[in-house]
Amino acid sequence: MTEVIKRLKAIVGDRFVSAEPEERYLYSMDQGTMPPAEPDMVVMPGSTEEVSEIMRLANEYQVPVVPMGGGLVLSGLTRALKGGMILDMKRMNRITEVNPKSRYAVVEGGTSQGMLQAYLKKHHPELKHSMPDAPPIATLAGNVCIHGSGHLSVLGGFHSDMLTGMEVVLPTGEIVRTGSCSVSADWFGKAPLPDLSGLFMGWSGTTGIVTRLGIKLFPNYRHNDLLIFVTEDPRDMPDVIARLTSTQVAEDMTPWMTPKPEWARGFMHINIAYGAHSKEELTFKRNLLQISVKDYIDNKSGGFLPMPPPQKGRFMQLPSPDLARFADVRKGGGFEYVGAIMAIEHFPEAYQAGVRIAEKHDVSYSMGARIVGAGHAMMFFYAYAFNRADPEDMARAQHALEETNSAALDMGGIPWKAELPAQQKIIEKMAPETFALMNRIRHTLDPNHIMNPGNWERA
Amino acid sequence: MKHEEILHRCFRCGYCKLPSNYTDINCPAYQAFRFETYSPGGRMWLLRAWLNNEISNSRRFSEIMFSCATCGNCVEQCAFPNFKDLLLEAFAAGKEAFLDAGQVPAPVRDYLTKVQLHGNPYGKPGKKRPEWAADLDIPVYSDQDHLFFVDDVGAFDTRGQEIARSVAKMLQQAGISFGIGSGEEVSDGNDVHEMGETPLFEELAGKNIEAFNQKGVQKIITLSPHSLHAIKNYYPALGGNYQTAHYTQILAFSLGSLKFQSNGNNQRITFHDPCYLGRRNWDYQSPRMLLKALPDVHVLEMDRNQKNAFCCGGGGGNFFTDLLSAEADSPGRVRVREAAQTGAEILAVACPLCAGMLEDAVKVESLEGRLQVREITEIMAEYL
Repeated sequence: MTEVIKRLKAIVGDRFVSAEPEERYLYSMDQGTMPPAEPDMVVMPGSTEEVSEIMRLANEYQVPVVPMGGGLVLSGLTRALKGGMILDMKRMNRITEVNPKSRYAVVEGGTSQGMLQAYLKKHHPELKHSMPDAPPIATLAGNVCIHGSGHLSVLGGFHSDMLTGMEVVLPTGEIVRTGSCSVSADWFGKAPLPDLSGLFMGWSGTTGIVTRLGIKLFPNYRHNDLLIFVTEDPRDMPDVIARLTSTQVAEDMTPWMTPKPEWARGFMHINIAYGAHSKEELTFKRNLLQISVKDYIDNKSGGFLPMPPPQKGRFMQLPSPDLARFADVRKGGGFEYVGAIMAIEHFPEAYQAGVRIAEKHDVSYSMGARIVGAGHAMMFFYAYAFNRADPEDMARAQHALEETNSAALDMGGIPWKAELPAQQKIIEKMAPETFALMNRIRHTLDPNHIMNPGNWERA
Repeated sequence: MKHEEILHRCFRCGYCKLPSNYTDINCPAYQAFRFETYSPGGRMWLLRAWLNNEISNSRRFSEIMFSCATCGNCVEQCAFPNFKDLLLEAFAAGKEAFLDAGQVPAPVRDYLTKVQLHGNPYGKPGKKRPEWAADLDIPVYSDQDHLFFVDDVGAFDTRGQEIARSVAKMLQQAGISFGIGSGEEVSDGNDVHEMGETPLFEELAGKNIEAFNQKGVQKIITLSPHSLHAIKNYYPALGGNYQTAHYTQILAFSLGSLKFQSNGNNQRITFHDPCYLGRRNWDYQSPRMLLKALPDVHVLEMDRNQKNAFCCGGGGGNFFTDLLSAEADSPGRVRVREAAQTGAEILAVACPLCAGMLEDAVKVESLEGRLQVREITEIMAEYL
C-alpha cells in the first residue's frame, strides 16, 4: 500500500490522501447500525481527471474503491467492506452551469444540496431544485445515484427521474458521458438516446463514479403554502392520496405518523405543499386540493389541520433539521430507517406492520412516506432511533430494521438504498435472470471487481 | 473527560459545517483540510473513540483537535438544541485531556511555554507591554472611567500596535476617559483557555484580576474581541467582575461625539465579523453602526455575515500556531476572496488577529491592488 499511497499523493496532492488511523476509523462507519469496515486510505480528488487517474492506479494494484458523497446514507453503503480506498468526493463541489430557460443545472459530483439551493437563491431566485429530507451537506450525485426523492417529487418523480445527464469515470478509468451531453454541449435530458445513466443509479457505487451531473430545475413560486390533511383510518390513505394527487397541483406530499407528540398519536397526517405565482392562483390550487377530499370532510372521517403560520413555516423549512433531531430521541445520536419503495395501495398494511414491529422490539419510531409522481409510487419509511452508546439498544433497532425489510418485501415493496442484509433479501426475491444480467454488466464495466466490492453480491 | 456524556449524541448530520444559508463550508478547519475528521462531528466521534480505547492519541489527532478555530459556527448551526451549547467546552476538555497526556502539536506547546514563561507568546518582558503607546499622550490607569486593555497582539505585534494606537486615538477623539496598564498585566488568556490549558489560564486571569483590582478598575475597554470574551465571560468565575466592552461598542455609544465629514472617496467597504465579538458575544451591530455613520460609505455584505460569518482562521490560538496552514483552502484566503467578490475595496476588521490573518491572505492571493484590509478606526479617522 505504501507505493499506492505515494502515487495517490502525486495525483491529488499530499494533503488529500490519508492512511492515518483517525481517518481510517471515522470513514469505517456511518450513522446507522451497520458494523464498521475500515478502509486502508481516504482520498479526496479535485477533478474528473484525478478520479480517472485514481481508477487506473486502483486497477493496476487491484485496490478496492468506494465512492462517497455526503456519507449520510445511514445504511452503510460507503463502508470499505474489502478495504482499499474511500473516495470522498466533496472537494468536487463546483456548480458549472445553470440553464434558466431549459431549467437544468450542471454540478460536480461532490456538490451539496445546500450549496445548490444557496446558489439558486442568490443567482436564479426564480428557480429551485428538489431538496431531499437529508441534511444540506448531502450531495446531489449521491442522492440521484440512490434513487432519492425530495420536496418536488410529486411534480418530478424520483431524483433519478430529474437527472438530465452524467459524466462518469468508469471503474477502468475511462471518462464517459450519458444523455444529451454525450452528443451536444447542452445537458437538457436523457432522451432520445439509450439511457446509459441507468448503469450507475441504484448500483450502490459498484459501477462507476459520478463526477458531474445535470439536474432538472423547477419554477420557484413566490407564494407557497402547506395543508395538512388528517385521518384516523389508514385504510383511507390510498384513496385520499389518489384524490389529492389527481388535482396535479401539489409539489410534495408526505404522510407522517408518529406516537409523539401525544396529539399526533394514532393519526395519519399528509403534508401537502404547493405554490403559485399569485395569491389568486394559490387560492385556486388550495380549493382544488380541498375539494378533492370533500367527501372525507363531509362524513367527518378526515379534515384539514388548522395551523398557525409559525408552525406552518417550520413544516415548510427545507431541509428541516427536525428530521436530524430524531437521532436524539433516545439521547443517543442514532437512527436508521427502512425506506421501502412500494405501490400506494399497500399504505395500510405498511403502517400496521410498522406499529407491530416497533412495539415488538420496543424501539422509538417515526413513520411516514413520500408520494412520488402523481401517486405512481411511494417511499414508505420506518425510522428507528437508538442510543449509540447502548449496544443492546442498537441491536434492537437493527432487528427491527431487518424485520421491516422482510415485511416490506413481503408486501411487494423494495427496500431503498438497502444495507447489506437487505440486499441479500432483495437478491433472493429478484428474478435470477435479472441478477445474472446485473453481474454480467458489472463484470464488463469492472473486470477487476474493485468497485465497492461486497455490495450486490450473493453471500 | 468533562462533557463526555454528549459525545455519542452527535449524529454527524453536518449542519455544523455550514452557515444557515448553506452557501459554503463554514467550519474553518473542515474548510482547510476537508477530511470528515476535521469537522466538529468528526471530533466528537474521535474523542468518543479515544475514550473507548478504539483509537490512540497521536500527533495527527492532536492537530485535528487543536486546529479548531473555536469560531462557534458549530454551536450556532448544530441541529441539537439540548447539547449544542456544550460543543466548544467539550472540545476544550478534549484538548485539556491531550495536554494532560503530553500529546500536543509542537506549535501549541511552544505557544503555551512562552505564555507561561513570559506572560505573552512573544517572549517579551511585561514592562514592554505599554510601549505601543509611547508616542501617545495616554495616561496610565489611575482614576479614569475605563481601563483600555490591549491584548498580546496589540501590545507586541507591529501591525497590532498600529491598530492599538488608532483605536486609542479614536477613543480620545470621542472624549472617552481611559488609561492603560503599566505592564503588570499579562495575556488575557482567552486562547490559552480555548486550548484547554485551564491551570495556565487561571494563573493569567488571576494576575490580571489582581492588577485590575489593585487599581480599582471597574470598567474595561478591550482592543481584542478575544480579550472581551475572556474578561466578560471567564473572569467572573475567578473573582474578576468588570463592566467590559469592546472598543467598537464604546465608540458606537459615543457616535454623537464624533463629527464626520465626507472625504469624497465614496468607498465600498465590507465588514468581517470577528467571531469573538459576533457569534461568541452576539454583537453584530456596533461595528456596522460605526461604518454606516461615515458619509458616502457603501457598506456591502458578504454572503456569509453576522451569525453566518466565516472565521479568518485565527481563533483558538491558530493565529500563533498556524495549524490551519496557508494553502488555497485556508480560511483566511477563502475569506478575502469572498470579500473581493462583493466589489468592496476595503475589508474592514475590528480585531487585531483578524487584521493579521486577512492581511497575510490578501498578499498570498495577490489582491493588494483590489482589496485593502483596514481596521475600523483607521477608516473612521479619514472622515474626521
